[in-house]
Amino acid sequence: MALLSKKDANLILDPLADNNPITIQVLGICSALAITAELKASVVMALSVIFVMGVGNVVISLMRNLIPSKIRIIVQLVVVASLVIMVDQVLKAFAYELSKTLGVFIGLIITNCIIMGRFEAFALGNGVWRSFLDGIGNALGYGVILIIVGFFRELLGSGTLFGIPVFGDPVAKTGLYSIGYENNGFMIIPPAALIVVGIIIWVQRSRNRALIEEA
Amino acid sequence: MLEHIELFFKSIFIDNMVFAVFLGMCSYLAVSKKVSTAVGLGAAVIFVLGVTVPLNWLLDTYLLQDGALAWLGPEYADYNLSFLSFILFIATIATMVQLVEIVVEKFSPALYNSLGIFLPLIAVNCAILGGSLFMQAREIPSLGLALNYGISSGIGWFLAILAIAAIREKIRYSNVPAPLRGLGITFIITGLMGIGFQSFGGMLTGDNEPPEDVDTSTAKKVEEKKIEKEIEDEEKAVSYNEVINK
Repeated sequence: MALLSKKDANLILDPLADNNPITIQVLGICSALAITAELKASVVMALSVIFVMGVGNVVISLMRNLIPSKIRIIVQLVVVASLVIMVDQVLKAFAYELSKTLGVFIGLIITNCIIMGRFEAFALGNGVWRSFLDGIGNALGYGVILIIVGFFRELLGSGTLFGIPVFGDPVAKTGLYSIGYENNGFMIIPPAALIVVGIIIWVQRSRNRALIEEA
Repeated sequence: MLEHIELFFKSIFIDNMVFAVFLGMCSYLAVSKKVSTAVGLGAAVIFVLGVTVPLNWLLDTYLLQDGALAWLGPEYADYNLSFLSFILFIATIATMVQLVEIVVEKFSPALYNSLGIFLPLIAVNCAILGGSLFMQAREIPSLGLALNYGISSGIGWFLAILAIAAIREKIRYSNVPAPLRGLGITFIITGLMGIGFQSFGGMLTGDNEPPEDVDTSTAKKVEEKKIEKEIEDEEKAVSYNEVINK
């Protein structure tokens, strides 16, 4: 990338793999798991978080010399809450069904620990452009996990992707179902998301042994 | 009275904050290494939920809902301020946490010493905001029920973090595969506990369902039922709120 120096590019690329907010930093799990039964909801959630984090990091970075450190948590919460209200209103206006599905979890972006964590750790001490990249990078890292989990849960649980049947019709017994394949209802219940994330962590740490925790 | 008991058990077991809706996972994973700290944080969560949910219920009912401002006079009856609820709820929570911290420090230094360090953490705990947002989404009808809901979901969260902390203390002596150590195995254990908690789901709804037809003569009938159940499960997972309101 000619546009970005190597250091800047790392701000985006690091959170995607070896410093992933969900699997390594353990931030932002709260809203990540409950909505991943469908791929579509996962993608919308990821996009919302990318927007909130990108813009939020820029705003906080612009104000970083003006915010008294004692009340910075409240200021940060107000900034995030305003951005989330915007996302919520847009979703309600243009994708009402989806906003019903996501329900309170859009609101819970406010307390998503990734956002507060990046504000505290990065945007308060760095310039606007780098904060923007950092926000986008971390939100992408979050989105990637969300989309992987959503992909497997919808594919194995309902046999669809974005609501489109992949394996054939389970009722009429076409496609894979004609030879006895069954949807795994287990993947749809909420706890399955935790197990899928656990497996992602397992795979990632087996590939990169430096990430293994001390017992 | 019956609805209070029902809501109480429902919030603790069926709609458990951690196992059913994954709220407060960040602190649940970070502060569950030792039982004693887990108890401290759990108690603080019960306390703060018990204070903020009824407070936000009052705000929601008399300020935010469609037509909630009618008590000011008929000309205000058309206002719907519900788009402001996120910002108002989080402001209430942040303020209340600060206030509670000051009050507890003044009147009960012993309690402050055990809860104190956890209180600032709680302002950004998703379980607290989640409690208020679910209270709004499920349209809890009275202040008493809102208080009940806040406290009982707090207890549910407390039970969850207590259980995982105890398991993590024990699992230190087990031979976990290296890449799963720490975070990975905690996720999987939580998932398994969640599956266990799913079995409470039949506790309250059991009576309302028509008796199961045992001697299904044709195989097709079984198949239909299975698909129905799958669809039901899917709904349960995706649009959680709607199931609650039924």
